[in-house]
Amino acid sequence: MKVLLIAEYRDGKLLASSSELSNFAQTLNAESAMLLIGTEAALPAYDGTLYLADIAQAGEFNPSVHKQLILDVIAKEQPQLVVLPHSSYGWDLAPRLAIALNAAQVSEVVEVKEGELIIPACNSKLRRRVKPETEISVVTLQAGAFTPSEEPSGSPTVIKLEATPNGDIQFNGYEAAEETDVDLSKAEVIVSAGRGIGKPENLEIIEALAKALGGEYGASRPVVDAEWAEHSRQVGTTGQTVSPKLYVACGISGAIQHLAGMKKSEFILAINTDKDAPIGEVADVLAVADLKQLVPILTEKLSA
Amino acid sequence: MKLLVCIKQVPDMESKFKVNASGNWYDMADLAWRMNEYDEYAVEQAVQLRQQVADSDLTVLCIGRDQVKETMKKALAMGCDRGVHILDEASEQKDSYAIATLIANFARDKGFDLIFTGLQSQDRGSAQVGVMVAELLGLPSLTTLVDFSCADGVVNAKRELEGGTKAKVSCSLPALVTCQLGLNTPRYPTLPNIMKAKRKELLTIPAAELSPPEARLKTLSMAPPEKKGGGLILEGEPAELADKLIQILKEKTTVLA
Ligand SMILES: Cc1cc2nc3c(=O)[nH]c(=O)nc-3n(C[C@H](O)[C@H](O)[C@H](O)COP(=O)(O)OP(=O)(O)OC[C@H]3O[C@@H](n4cnc5c(N)ncnc54)[C@H](O)[C@@H]3O)c2cc1C
Ligand SMILES: Nc1ncnc2c1ncn2[C@@H]1O[C@H](COP(=O)(O)O)[C@@H](O)[C@H]1O
Repeated sequence: MKVLLIAEYRDGKLLASSSELSNFAQTLNAESAMLLIGTEAALPAYDGTLYLADIAQAGEFNPSVHKQLILDVIAKEQPQLVVLPHSSYGWDLAPRLAIALNAAQVSEVVEVKEGELIIPACNSKLRRRVKPETEISVVTLQAGAFTPSEEPSGSPTVIKLEATPNGDIQFNGYEAAEETDVDLSKAEVIVSAGRGIGKPENLEIIEALAKALGGEYGASRPVVDAEWAEHSRQVGTTGQTVSPKLYVACGISGAIQHLAGMKKSEFILAINTDKDAPIGEVADVLAVADLKQLVPILTEKLSA
Repeated sequence: MKLLVCIKQVPDMESKFKVNASGNWYDMADLAWRMNEYDEYAVEQAVQLRQQVADSDLTVLCIGRDQVKETMKKALAMGCDRGVHILDEASEQKDSYAIATLIANFARDKGFDLIFTGLQSQDRGSAQVGVMVAELLGLPSLTTLVDFSCADGVVNAKRELEGGTKAKVSCSLPALVTCQLGLNTPRYPTLPNIMKAKRKELLTIPAAELSPPEARLKTLSMAPPEKKGGGLILEGEPAELADKLIQILKEKTTVLA
């Protein structure tokens, strides 16, 4: 089996997902080649053929040009799988490739089992084992699911590609994340509020528990989207990444994008009415309870 | 301006899921159903544009069983003008490509200026259908939007990237956009609008009339994830639970020292 790995580069940096791609190829025991639309100054640690197109020529975000470059390399390499990270770059490009190639697309692979791909369903409450029915398929990998156990090493054999500018989407630059007034990454204890708090007033009991534990409060995305908390409090892929000594997740289901921001915490306590909530996968303790009842009592007992 | 928004009906994610008899999807009986969360943002954005542009018309489309009409009524009550229900008794057995093809086959030749979809559906979570529809129709697509405006035939938008960075992007109409959580604040339908929605046109088209293709991706099996962590599950009275938790925090962490 042969796979083509599409590395991701953004704003002057090669992203770490390139090592997950090559680790995935190894998991499959597949022969691989890699394509990077980036710069020669930031090459991945990868032993193999690396097709390199210059980002200045191809454009930082230009799906049509990136698609065409990938299709050209596919024509040369004839892979059975084209693999991208399941990121804002990968999930944008993958369906474009799949349609152009008449290929099946498999989104967010978390595991390979007996050669078959496993993907999540229903907010990770279920797993699907899937099979592409096409000769070539396009696959995206869940962030963190194929992180290699050791730092990868190696240096690629580079083959340069020329990009032809075209496309109907214009990229007008980046907008940096807002300055944060709280630095959650420094807190030893974080108590986070999820949608399970039900209404903004209940954020007070979360804050009170955070205070009683000498920490900061955080939030999941819906709480921030509803403007009950500042974006600087958001934990997850599109917020902060934290690893406190204690993380208390209150009314948070445990979507992968939230877990990505907190699963490295030393101790995780989850408070949730749903015994099957996926947060249980990473929690050291899951207290099955209504946070509106448990959190105030906990605060009271801690403050006594 | 002709607008289309695609929505999906999904189970409430807090439901208890069981695998169906054939072992290849979740059991669809006894679940509470609602509009896919991402699609609520898509509907809201489409309705806002519909209200902003004179002489515009907004169609909401949904593929699924008869029961999806309930969810479509919510979109009509939010402000869509008409509904197109593509009746498919087993749409969960279709892959994203087949779903996208049905939508594209419906939309082709209808002259939509802008199509809105969600970034992903909560049950399938593939984040494929929107972009595939655009590719099948030869339209530019902008994905993962957290900011949107449209004027003079141009969409100006912001894509959300990891870590909170955004990419500013634009394209000309006709186009397709996929909507990310937090793009706007979806409205709650008011009672008068719920009543009005009952009289809006809701056309049903059998999926077979839109030449559905064979699925390219098959589901072999579905199952709950294997429990990996040896996490402790505690149940009981809140006061008792609180005592136990404090005991555990004292033993296992240093934060109460
Ligand atoms: C590209 C992308 C990026 C994202 N980035 C992030 C991110 O950075 N951070 C993030 O958090 N999410 C992010 N998300 C969203 C993520 O997928 C989930 O939608 C989100 O994390 C869900 O938040 P939640 O757990 O608070 O809400 P829900 O999933 O709605 O869960 C609520 C939980 O509360 C429980 N509950 C309800 N009532 C009570 C009660 N009274 N007591 C106790 N428990 C109760 C329920 O059982 C449920 O488990 C992102 C999504 C995408 C697609
Ligand atoms: N059955 C359906 N009917 C209408 N639109 C759908 C359907 N399934 C998916 N979509 C649209 O495609 C988006 C992405 O879905 P998915 O590719 O399944 O993650 C959703 O947010 C919807 O806007």
